[in-house]
Amino acid sequence: MRVSLEWIREWVDLPPDVTARDVAERLIAAGLEVESVETLGEGFNGTLLVGHVREIEELTGFKKPIRWCQVDVGSAGSGVRGIICGASNFAVGDRVAVALPGTILPGDFQIAARETYGHVSDGMICSERELGLGEDHAGIIVLDAGDVGDDAAALLGVGDEVLDIAVTPDRGYALSVRGVAREVATAFGFPFVDQAMELAELPAPGEAAPPWECSVADPSVADLFTLRRIIGFDPKAATPAWMSRRLISAGMRPVSLAVDVTNYVMLEYGQPLHAFDGGTLHGAVRADRAGDDRKLTTLDHVERTLDPTDIVIRDDSGPIGLAGTMGGLATEITDDSTDIVLEAAHFDPIAVARTVRRHRLPSEASRRFERGVDRVIAPYASARAAQLLLEHGGGEYVGMTAWESPYSPTVIEMSVDLPARTAGMDISEELVVQRLGEVGCDVDIDAGLAKVTVPPWRSDLTDPADLVEEVIRLGGYDAVPSVLPAAPSGFGLTRDQRLRKRVALALAGSGVAEILSYPFIGAEELDALQIPADDDRRSAPLLVNPLRDEQPMLRTTLLPGLLAALRRSVARGSHDMALSEIGRVFFRRPGQQPAGSDNPPRPPVEVRPTAAQIAELEALLPDQPRHLAAVFTGLRERSGWWGSGVAYDWADAIQAARSVASVVGVDLIVEQGQDAPFHPGRTAALKIGDRVIGYAGELHPRVIAAMSVPERTVAFELDLDALLAHSVDAVPAPHVGTQPMAKEDLAVIVDESIPAELIAATLREGGGDLLESVRLFDIYAGPQVPQGSRSLAFALRMRAPDRTLSAEEIAGVRDGALHLATERHGAVLRGA
Amino acid sequence: MAQEISTPMSLVSLNSLQGSEGVSAPNKSYDPVGVASLEAEAVDAMVEAALSDIAAAGDLDVLKSVRLAHTGDKSPLALANREIGALPPAAKAEVGKRMGAARGRVREALEQRQVVLEQERDARVLIEESVDVTVPTDRSPQGARHPLSTLMERMADVFIAMGYGVAEGPEAEAEWFNFDSLNIAPDHPARSMQDTFFVGGESSGVVMRTQTSPIQMRALLERDLPVYVVAPGRVYRTDELDATHTPVFHQIEGLAVDEGITMAHLKGTLDHLAASMFGEGVRTRLRPSYFPFTEPSAELDLECFVCRGASVGDPSRPCRTCGSEGWIEWGGCGMVNPRVLRAAGIDTDRYSGFAFGMGVERTLMFRHGVTDMRDMVEGDVRFTRGFGLEV
Repeated sequence: MRVSLEWIREWVDLPPDVTARDVAERLIAAGLEVESVETLGEGFNGTLLVGHVREIEELTGFKKPIRWCQVDVGSAGSGVRGIICGASNFAVGDRVAVALPGTILPGDFQIAARETYGHVSDGMICSERELGLGEDHAGIIVLDAGDVGDDAAALLGVGDEVLDIAVTPDRGYALSVRGVAREVATAFGFPFVDQAMELAELPAPGEAAPPWECSVADPSVADLFTLRRIIGFDPKAATPAWMSRRLISAGMRPVSLAVDVTNYVMLEYGQPLHAFDGGTLHGAVRADRAGDDRKLTTLDHVERTLDPTDIVIRDDSGPIGLAGTMGGLATEITDDSTDIVLEAAHFDPIAVARTVRRHRLPSEASRRFERGVDRVIAPYASARAAQLLLEHGGGEYVGMTAWESPYSPTVIEMSVDLPARTAGMDISEELVVQRLGEVGCDVDIDAGLAKVTVPPWRSDLTDPADLVEEVIRLGGYDAVPSVLPAAPSGFGLTRDQRLRKRVALALAGSGVAEILSYPFIGAEELDALQIPADDDRRSAPLLVNPLRDEQPMLRTTLLPGLLAALRRSVARGSHDMALSEIGRVFFRRPGQQPAGSDNPPRPPVEVRPTAAQIAELEALLPDQPRHLAAVFTGLRERSGWWGSGVAYDWADAIQAARSVASVVGVDLIVEQGQDAPFHPGRTAALKIGDRVIGYAGELHPRVIAAMSVPERTVAFELDLDALLAHSVDAVPAPHVGTQPMAKEDLAVIVDESIPAELIAATLREGGGDLLESVRLFDIYAGPQVPQGSRSLAFALRMRAPDRTLSAEEIAGVRDGALHLATERHGAVLRGA
Repeated sequence: MAQEISTPMSLVSLNSLQGSEGVSAPNKSYDPVGVASLEAEAVDAMVEAALSDIAAAGDLDVLKSVRLAHTGDKSPLALANREIGALPPAAKAEVGKRMGAARGRVREALEQRQVVLEQERDARVLIEESVDVTVPTDRSPQGARHPLSTLMERMADVFIAMGYGVAEGPEAEAEWFNFDSLNIAPDHPARSMQDTFFVGGESSGVVMRTQTSPIQMRALLERDLPVYVVAPGRVYRTDELDATHTPVFHQIEGLAVDEGITMAHLKGTLDHLAASMFGEGVRTRLRPSYFPFTEPSAELDLECFVCRGASVGDPSRPCRTCGSEGWIEWGGCGMVNPRVLRAAGIDTDRYSGFAFGMGVERTLMFRHGVTDMRDMVEGDVRFTRGFGLEV
């Protein structure tokens, strides 16, 4: 809402030294968000006169059309001046705004009489943008008002200060000069006289024609509907200059008197008005739903397909306007309209909102109806409009018709001390009554209970809390003290939260950089990852309105985002890196359809939902576990003066996953696995017990090619929630043996298909309690061992808790380990 | 620098003097027999020769030769010592004492010289082992947390210290939690304020949460009163990514519901957060505003922590952080709308609450001078690495 200080002053008797900035400051403190204060034509200094175009000579031979004009600016401006002009949106006889030489235009542009296009241009015919009044630079300003030689600067509002207020959805009343002025008066402590409630005096209705019949066919559409009619109106009548100026300052363009008056009164009173050309109407005008009528062409020349529940204005010919939103083309006011039928109504806010949303057609009118228009103001606004039309366009007023359902104002009961209890400071009963009075409420207090009657323009006030806000805000939020409450002792982070933090820090500590990517993916990315058609990762929930059509799914894996970030980083010159992400992935649950439920539960909001209702809501949601994934490329250890570098390989990916698990006290089981998008021979399945919680290894070469990431890029991804669920609550302390340790090496020849970890586990089991650890330190395959087998060399460490091991005991452990490996896996002692 | 091993000159003379004489036979007859090499002067000469060689030993290898030459089995002193047996018993004690003292002096000198030479060698060798410590040492790439993660944890820590819990909720959320239960009815204008991602179908009842506020409702339903929680998390709006907008961003939300909670408590809590994050004395300011789930509602401004308002109206000291406004828009807050409490089944005559929320990206932008939102979402490794593990 843009409103000039000059307009506000007409409503509030502000001292002359109060500036727009002062007003803005007070309004902001009161809760109206003043986004800017601007001076129209800021920087303008000089003389701008109304000029009358006498002659136009079209100059030719230039790259663009150029006019040589003779403009009469009156005796004060030395009569007729010759001016060169590049615009062509005016004709002989038009009145234009002429800046005389010596004038400085906004942007520090000084006008001088100078020779151009073969003539001395003795001034400048100005456009809106040149004067800093608006962005319109399509042509120069053609004035509808003012006499030759008048001060055009004053006429156009040059120098007016304008406040631009962002109105929150609850403060519909502030979408009017009336509403803003009330806030200004309250903020400065001046009395406010509501001019809107002084019914404009109209002549007694004439008999030349009847008023236009109206009704409300569907009471859910409107609870107040009025029509006023003027006949014999002069369609050529000009909009008065003061009105044009205020419309321009509010960001609207003057169009014609009838349209300008409806806009002007809407801006001033907050009541949207619509003017029909009575000559195009057929029968009574009714507010209704569209029903079976399907078509309506609106003022913007768009033919719209109506929904049966759209709210419309209709006459005998069918729909003639979208109620509260936009009028129809067939009944609009034209240059020939003499029969003006003015509609002023109170439409249902929700009905308007739904219609606007369906047609994606927000308008100045709908913005106000959605936020709540004064329930009773319609006849006052239309009287004011009729008065202005008659005054400036002549004609005969022939009366009003109206349809209204009964109205009773909202009454809210509130404990008088509720504002004080809510704010946490003293607010006296007298102050509560005073503040609510300033808002426009009537207050009756009985035994500490206030009965508050809400004014018709404050449909947002429905609950005691709403009144509390009014009371506190009008005293200024700055008055509320600052007191830190004492929360009860807490337990800190939950175990999962703590462990997630540990995991993230551990990864970072090991050289991995965390990223946060968008969780949107597409089928193409899953294809590139070679995810099979029947894989769970294909049952992604879909977005109805994705940002990019090629990424309509919620991610089921973190790898696409990580690989995209990796690719981007490489493209920008980083080559050696490890990236990780912790984030949610999304899977449709069994039975959930891609389109979701078509009839989701909507529990009431007046009471707590039952456990069953909450469960129904939860059942709507996709499964959304947290995953952890990382990708690695380039060198884990750079090359440098110390020698050549070491590249990340599959083992680093597996080890990173294992390290993460060990950070939270879980010993991951690593098995040979196969899963997209990994290299079929270089994939580790990461298990807890029998459950696979993730995979690690080298990416499949085709995936690497499809994702355009460096060769041999490795990765892991695991279900972090599942991992954390297996983390132990209290880690048992390790036993630190102090007796001497015995070492033995043991090399066995086994079939090459047997995983090394299986042999190690068997040795551990066979070695018994005295065997402290088994670690593979060498692998050999070649001519010294039979074809199809390999030699695995293990370092065995043995220790007893209470004594030095004897040679016999050491041999016993070793033999026990070997024996079991031989029995289970056919292991043969190498060199035996 | 290699050391040449040289033979001490005095050894040559000693050897030539006594080398071929051999050892005298034991004095079995107890006759007083004179042994020239045990004469005091001779012994002194041997000691002096040894001391001289010891002093002259320039390094440990030479000293080793000197030690052998003067204390070894074939050394003049050792040979002379053996002659003691040839002396008559009466002379043995005196000569033995002399020889002991002589050998002791040589040993002591050797030890002292050994210590000195070892120190010299150590000093020399360690200097030889000097390296240029300014060469690159970053063999492995540096890891780091994303600054948004760290910032959220840091903000949450302020509240954990006050006894708050950290609450969480799903990102694909039921509309009932995201809108309805928060007093945002299906046709409420607030729903058109936020452009929402719908999941499945437009009427499936599931959206990507547009705010962290649904976590409030979940916390109120799941926890026993009083509830003091902070809820950091990801939220979604259908904005195109540009320098100042991103469709996926993060908020941190706070909620306190207890008996007697007031707006003064809200202010006190926000002032405490501001001071914790931006420095002692940095205040917050509330401006009346509108959110469906709070009433009264307020915009939350942070006093500029850089200029603390000094740049306002002073063109000579412009402030880039606050644009010389003195205040930075930070978030929204208010007293929990009793309708929201009722939707959670809470007795609004007994309990009241406050709630607040702010954008984490925005906080990172003005606190750390991030000028382009895209840096936070693109995953360029250089951006993350720039922050390490703290913000």
